[in-house]
Amino acid sequence: MTMDRDYERLLTVSFRRPMPYRWAVGRYGSRFFEEIRERGRFIGTRCPDCGKVYVPPRRVCGPCFREMTDLVPLNDRGVLRAFSVVNYPFLDPDTGRQRPIPYTYGYIQMDGADNIFSHIINETDVSKIAVGMPVRAVLRPREEMTGHMSDIRHFDIIGQ
Amino acid sequence: MAQRVAIVGTGQTDHKSHRPDVSGREMIREAVQRALDDCGLTIAEIDAIVIGNMDHFESINYVDTWSVEGSGAFMKPIMKVTTGGTTGTSVAIAAVYHAASGLFERVLAIGWEKNSESDTTAAIITCSDPVWDRFSYSGAIPSLATEASAYMQKTGATQEDAARVAVRDRNNAIHNPHAHLRRSITLEEVMASPMLAYPIKLLDICPRTDGACAVVFAAESVAPKLAAQPAWIQATAVRHTYTWFGDSTNYDAGLVSLQRASREAYQKAGIRRPAEDLDVAELYLPYTWAGLKWMEDLGFCPPGEGARFVGDGHTQMTGKIPVNPSGGVISTNCIGATALLRVAEAAVQVMGKGGARQVPGVRRALATGFGGCFWSDVVILGAARP
Repeated sequence: MTMDRDYERLLTVSFRRPMPYRWAVGRYGSRFFEEIRERGRFIGTRCPDCGKVYVPPRRVCGPCFREMTDLVPLNDRGVLRAFSVVNYPFLDPDTGRQRPIPYTYGYIQMDGADNIFSHIINETDVSKIAVGMPVRAVLRPREEMTGHMSDIRHFDIIGQ
Repeated sequence: MAQRVAIVGTGQTDHKSHRPDVSGREMIREAVQRALDDCGLTIAEIDAIVIGNMDHFESINYVDTWSVEGSGAFMKPIMKVTTGGTTGTSVAIAAVYHAASGLFERVLAIGWEKNSESDTTAAIITCSDPVWDRFSYSGAIPSLATEASAYMQKTGATQEDAARVAVRDRNNAIHNPHAHLRRSITLEEVMASPMLAYPIKLLDICPRTDGACAVVFAAESVAPKLAAQPAWIQATAVRHTYTWFGDSTNYDAGLVSLQRASREAYQKAGIRRPAEDLDVAELYLPYTWAGLKWMEDLGFCPPGEGARFVGDGHTQMTGKIPVNPSGGVISTNCIGATALLRVAEAAVQVMGKGGARQVPGVRRALATGFGGCFWSDVVILGAARP
């Protein structure tokens, strides 16, 4: 019998090959990235029942189970609702490599939207970040955009 | 016909960070055999099985059939339930439904995970939406950290307040022979541990564990014969809200899913003052701030008073409502088993089998599950048949 510390005799088998996926971004999701690329602005969808505006846009309001067809144009500004500065190294499944750290993970509520979504905040000094600070999206150069969340490079904290 | 249901047996592995000596199936069998032994049953007497883990963490599909030689499900009805961190309570509640339906008398619930077989953080990241959330997401820690930073700002709670939760849970774990981390820690050690994601430090957060848990649920037609003191299911409640991180989290309102699930369960079980009416709580607290903030969401103390409630000792083993005699999630975290361990440990307390971690005279115990996008499950167990 081997003991559980007999690491040399207890073998493991690895799987290390790339296994690519392709995910549909959807009709409104595609439009969201198109608006960012062509007009530098955000869009959301409004629920006809509860009136809630969702960013990024989606087709169904889950709580109401209602299809949304009303597109709402918004600007590129919002408010920071929560954040965390990430200091530990980890493997990014998107790239298969370690994501650069430190970086700040934040929840943003766009002006005119009712929900929040996560993105990167361009400030890693905890003493300079506070919940409630106004933020503005910084976009990638148009020719570098690929229809991905990284088309928004990050959000800058802006003066009151 | 509908049956009342009780837990009559529990089993768990001796949890470790790395079990290269067993496959997942073999590890599952260790917990199953202990649960059967606990109530004197053989696998032949089990009528149905519910099993759960986060199957993509081990890159295993159809875990229900894959696991048959470990679960004992050969030629039995078995189904898989996977709901993130709440998997263990989902498995337990599904087993309750099985037994309560009258279709099955003895139902085995199993939760397990071998976190050592993959990169846990990368696996958790793949739980997030690939189009919208994955780009910025970095696993469980920062989404909890965002909750913590909002709570600190709102209430003035400090990192020291949170550290007391880790000290309590880790020192309780010393008395649990199955716990993964069984070394005493001090408040100073928590404060000095490396900052992972502000304000969460290494000792504020749960570990990655290899382990399994199994629980035998029995219908009232057989439960009193299988256990001297069955742990009766007095209430269950499920609140799995949205899958979008940004939509399911309301930092102003607290953990809404836990508020609503616990209120529903308290009402079903006739509990008016939870901190007084419950004798012990085994809570899915994956990090220390949950041990403050979620006390408020559970109604153990008024909003904003979580830090004072814990600081005054009310959640210690000798306090008003002892929390996590087992050492909790901060001491052991085999993800698909973690919430089932809460149910099993609550049952152990009601059945009086807790040994050195037993709270005296437990009549009613609370267990919770947490996971996904801030979802909550609540289970209330009692010594009295409802």
